[in-house]
Amino acid sequence: MPFRVVAALVRKDLQVFFTDRRAVVLTLAIPIAIASFFGFVFSGTSNNGSNAAKMPVALVNLDDSAVARALVANTAGDTALAVTQPTLDEARAGVQAGRLPVAVVIPKGFGDAAGRAFIAQGEPPQLQLLTDPSKSAEVSMVKGILTGHVMESVTQEVFTGAEGQRLLDDGMRSLETSGMAADEREALRRVMQSAQELYRLQGSTGSSGRRGMSIPFAVTENAVTGTPQTTYNGYAHAFAGMGIQFALFAAIDLAAGILLERERGLWKRLRSAPLSRLTLLAARAISGTMLTLLTLLVSFAFARVVFKVPISNVAGFFAVAIASAVMAASFGLLVAAIGGTPAATRRAAIFVVLVMVMLGGAWVPTFIFPAWMQQFTQVVPVRWAVDGLDAMTWRGLGLTEVVLPIGLLLGFSAVCIAAAVWRFRWEEA
Amino acid sequence: MLAVRNLRKAYGRAVLAVDGVSFSVEPGQLVGLLGPNGAGKSTTVAMIAGLVTPDGGDVTIAGEPLTGDTDPRKRLIGLVPQDLALYDELPAASNLRLFGALYGLSGRALEDAIGAALLLVGLTERANDRVKTYSGGMKRRLNLAAGLLHDPAIVLLDEPTVGVDPQSRNAIFDNLEHLKRRGKALLYTTHYMEEAERMADRIVVMDRGRVLADDTLAGLRERAGRDGGPGASLESLFLSMTGRTLRD
Repeated sequence: MPFRVVAALVRKDLQVFFTDRRAVVLTLAIPIAIASFFGFVFSGTSNNGSNAAKMPVALVNLDDSAVARALVANTAGDTALAVTQPTLDEARAGVQAGRLPVAVVIPKGFGDAAGRAFIAQGEPPQLQLLTDPSKSAEVSMVKGILTGHVMESVTQEVFTGAEGQRLLDDGMRSLETSGMAADEREALRRVMQSAQELYRLQGSTGSSGRRGMSIPFAVTENAVTGTPQTTYNGYAHAFAGMGIQFALFAAIDLAAGILLERERGLWKRLRSAPLSRLTLLAARAISGTMLTLLTLLVSFAFARVVFKVPISNVAGFFAVAIASAVMAASFGLLVAAIGGTPAATRRAAIFVVLVMVMLGGAWVPTFIFPAWMQQFTQVVPVRWAVDGLDAMTWRGLGLTEVVLPIGLLLGFSAVCIAAAVWRFRWEEA
Repeated sequence: MLAVRNLRKAYGRAVLAVDGVSFSVEPGQLVGLLGPNGAGKSTTVAMIAGLVTPDGGDVTIAGEPLTGDTDPRKRLIGLVPQDLALYDELPAASNLRLFGALYGLSGRALEDAIGAALLLVGLTERANDRVKTYSGGMKRRLNLAAGLLHDPAIVLLDEPTVGVDPQSRNAIFDNLEHLKRRGKALLYTTHYMEEAERMADRIVVMDRGRVLADDTLAGLRERAGRDGGPGASLESLFLSMTGRTLRD
């Protein structure tokens, strides 16, 4: 392959790219702007939770019991929730308008029924949730948090409150007529007697402790990365995802450029020269790789300087970035090979890129996908590119961890180039 | 210098674009390749330039057959395509620098060739201006310069005057006369009869993929007079050979 000819063709592509300064600035600035936005949104919980947004929850208390009051107080004190107490109509309107993901309605008689249900004397009461159907994740989270607070509030009252003492006395009286088996009835009687003894002791010692059952464990989070020095940086993943997305967009420009050259008759001039097809395609692959790599590197340089995105292994990072750029350029060649008009090809290719980027986890993490789709994402090269960049940035992993992603990206590139050579329309009538 | 023998090209089963075309072009000669739309002129030129692989027949350069994309004999051919095959975003000199490099020119030789080509087409003063700032006629002249840059012995000109003003057209004709005097073999496709009458030493008339006539201008005039009576023009002969039906 004549080096000088390839160099001349590559130089021409770079000249054409850099000629339009406005396009250059946009090509480099747009991924930075979008990745910065995504990074800002998704890194809100990474700074010791200080910036974490509290989830808005409405509590509508229609019950005047001590249990209900305790439930409201305990829930309002939860650091993960921003609790308001509107009327039922206001709460319903808030959920309907999307301002609240969920409103919890504590019905009249809830405290009494919950206490009775706890000591096996009745049906458990209904705690009504008014939910926004588009916010199922938030609803699930509130259900989990609420379960702990309900248990704490009910047991607090049953074991230590006046209302609980009355319930126990009622329970003892009705035990004989409960229809329970004798041995079970005896066991329950002992439990209730123990609780009555607890009330008596609290009364004689003047203890003011009002502890109920609470979740019997605390959670300590330890972020696991490759090295203790490496901490999670939400911008790293955002820049990886958007960097790859815009590298693929640059590849679409490469494809459209080739098709436009064909429309303008330039390929006739190129093909009439004594050059091999390999030379012509290799030059485009090289210039495409350089331009997509530039897009990726400028984005990460910005992320490194402005958002302190860590690069744990520089050699590994460059290896993944180059493999990703080769993948994107090869994809561009394939698009050019099978494309029709530049405009139609651009539209179709953008759709394909967006699907690849979506499935590759560049927008949202792949764990929210159904299991079968998560399996499918393994054939999407974007996933390996993003995983590889994550590994070399915030995950802090070693070079060996990106051998597989790099191999798969280059394998995908080889398939694209082979298909492009096979399908490329070489005849210029 | 250039000879084509029994060239044949079909697109699928339905379209036989070129069907057994043969002719030759000698040094210092301009051969006009005439025909209506769809006659097969451009496909013939594309096969000579190596853009399209013939289904049959061969193209020989100085007696040697042209084979494959990288055949060094392709350096002897300069193509001036019908399209303005130029990078509008780049200056004229950058365009020529690229096209020269494709033919192995570099360094001083390349810069000299660029200077000579721009001088020939009268664009020396605009060498560093972007092509998109050029008029249609200037682009046509630069298109010609790009095909001549590597000093080919054979120049294929596919309708090189389409859409240009009379001044640029005349300038292009002057350039072609100059090339003829320098011994270049020129193959010139056109729809315009008067261009062929003015420039061509021999005229090949094609239609529906076949050669209908291959003669000197004098020979064709004689044939026109014989078939069409005294005073019959070359155009009337062309129409009598190719018919008056409108072509797509």
